[in-house]
Amino acid sequence: MIRTAMVGLGKMGLSHLAILRAHPKVDMVGGCDSVTYLTDVLTKYTGLKCYADFDKMLDEAKPEALVVATPSKLHAAMVEKALRRGMHVFCEKPFVLDVADGERLVELAERQHLVTQVGYHYRFVGAFKEAARVVKSGALGRVHHVRAEAYGPVVLRDKGGTWRTAKSEGGGALYDYACHAIDLVNFIAGVPTSVDGVVRRGVFSQGVDDEVYCTLNYASGLSGQLCVNWSDESFRKMSTKISVWGTNGRITADRQECQIYLREAHPSLPEVGKGWTIRYTTDLTDEVAYYLRGEEYSAQIDYFAKSIEEKRTRGENTFRSALEADRVVDMIVSAAGGARPAAPPPSAPRSRRHALLRRIFELVEARI
Amino acid sequence: MDRVLFGDNQFFGVNHMSEEKARAQAMRFQHLPAVLDVLDAAYQEGIRTFMCTTHDRVAEICDHFRANRAKYPDYVFYPCMPYAHKYANAVTELGMIDALRKFLPDEGALRSMFKGGVAVANKDVEAIMQLLVDAEMKMFAGLNTPVIFIQNVVTDLLLGLGMKDAFRLFHDHVKKKYGAEAGYITMNVPRLLDVLDELGIDNPIVCANINKIGFRMCGGIELYEKTIRTRRFRPVAMSVLASGAIAPREAIAYVCKQPQIESIVFGASGRGNIRQTKVLIDELSQKPS
Repeated sequence: MIRTAMVGLGKMGLSHLAILRAHPKVDMVGGCDSVTYLTDVLTKYTGLKCYADFDKMLDEAKPEALVVATPSKLHAAMVEKALRRGMHVFCEKPFVLDVADGERLVELAERQHLVTQVGYHYRFVGAFKEAARVVKSGALGRVHHVRAEAYGPVVLRDKGGTWRTAKSEGGGALYDYACHAIDLVNFIAGVPTSVDGVVRRGVFSQGVDDEVYCTLNYASGLSGQLCVNWSDESFRKMSTKISVWGTNGRITADRQECQIYLREAHPSLPEVGKGWTIRYTTDLTDEVAYYLRGEEYSAQIDYFAKSIEEKRTRGENTFRSALEADRVVDMIVSAAGGARPAAPPPSAPRSRRHALLRRIFELVEARI
Repeated sequence: MDRVLFGDNQFFGVNHMSEEKARAQAMRFQHLPAVLDVLDAAYQEGIRTFMCTTHDRVAEICDHFRANRAKYPDYVFYPCMPYAHKYANAVTELGMIDALRKFLPDEGALRSMFKGGVAVANKDVEAIMQLLVDAEMKMFAGLNTPVIFIQNVVTDLLLGLGMKDAFRLFHDHVKKKYGAEAGYITMNVPRLLDVLDELGIDNPIVCANINKIGFRMCGGIELYEKTIRTRRFRPVAMSVLASGAIAPREAIAYVCKQPQIESIVFGASGRGNIRQTKVLIDELSQKPS
């Protein structure tokens, strides 16, 4: 059994905790969150030993592995503490907000041969795995364009006061939505070398971007586009799609299906003929031992546990791999010079009042 | 429970195979008359139970059925709560505390309790759960709701966390307040049954994917078949067609040859499909003479 602790019991944290506790090889020895009413409930109802103090948890629970699902700005310090104690670490995405921190942590983990993983769960979605396989097979011919899109209905009004709506804390559509799409591009088409044409704007938010668009450039001549907007109510939930064009065809994949068009059959993909081939999630998805919200969430935790068992330090979604996504985010941030507010603001006095309210909300949220 | 229950995924842009199909359905059913036409078609084919999420738009459907009781004298709703995206999006936007506050009723001390971040005592968790259930049930006021389900995202979250008592609290609350039986939707049937047994919830109604290709049947198809054969519970089969991955006759034959399965829930958008599926279930459900 892998003695595992987790810090951060918000939306993703609770989901991870449920999957971890259902995993036959994982022994959850501690949970940590600053919101005590939540940890009180968990302790009372589930028997999980909970802590408000992160260091105390590491000292007392002595976990071999840590799962980090705190707000993004806290990742670097917590991951570092865990690595310095020789723990394997699974960290939610985005990995870190500062590339220099990321480089240091990658080096620290690799030097000690520790297992690291970041929660880019799309790499565990059958349809995206299939897209990566098809692109890597060379069946599309010379690949010349990739487009990654992510849309969803998160910020639909001029309000909101969580860390996700604070730029300095790793909030906004860039860190919440775009980094998934960027990692998917890195996974399927490779890591871009530069970005330009960056547009980052609030649609409703004042402090952070609700939409992010940019061009991705590659040394190979491949070009890419990133289109992200989390203020689109026409989507029921986050929806991510990637398309790759090559001289012999194209592929489009989302969470449900993979649509492949080949101009000519290709020897490296004998099962995919000329013309359209559609493959669905029902035959691309591997069964998991415990299902919650999607196979990919369980599959990534199971992969992390297996990595620890097998001492696999160069698997999928390592810190090194996730740092590549952070680098692209950093390029986008540098190029855009920060988010611009939604235009036009409703009215000056109202905006000021809203900004003040938001600040108060942030403080309240930060205190509890 | 009736043998055949009508589901609602098609009305709300849920399709496990294709986002394009889901969007086309969302467009087709964006106005209430299109939804009611399909429910009427199902009713005319003899399907009088609508198993539906607590999506905001279901409230409009409820209004229609309340206003036309004479037309549907025996109509039954099986609410499935909550419509999780409503909560998940609110948590992302507002944070967990404000999201909870948003969905709790205005009145009462509970809502104000959160303002101070006060630790929650045992009875408060029960009270919060009851308030959330009651908030979701409001739209069904005056309608017949003999079974009330918890959606799989919540069942499986609680199950994974080990928050077992919640299943008992839910069971007791819906029985006491609504005279209803509790139903549990899950993707993890064998594990859930262990917990419900432990809680002493006898012969529970459990709705789960049951299909010939083993899609989203955690623990595996053999274990599911054995569980259905040997354990005491009332299975409701969903995702029988695995979103269209299995041909209808083959799919329904697989479910119907397991006599312990009490009900089958399916969704369809047109009278033709509804009739075809209903006829198949009726035909294949008949015990060999």
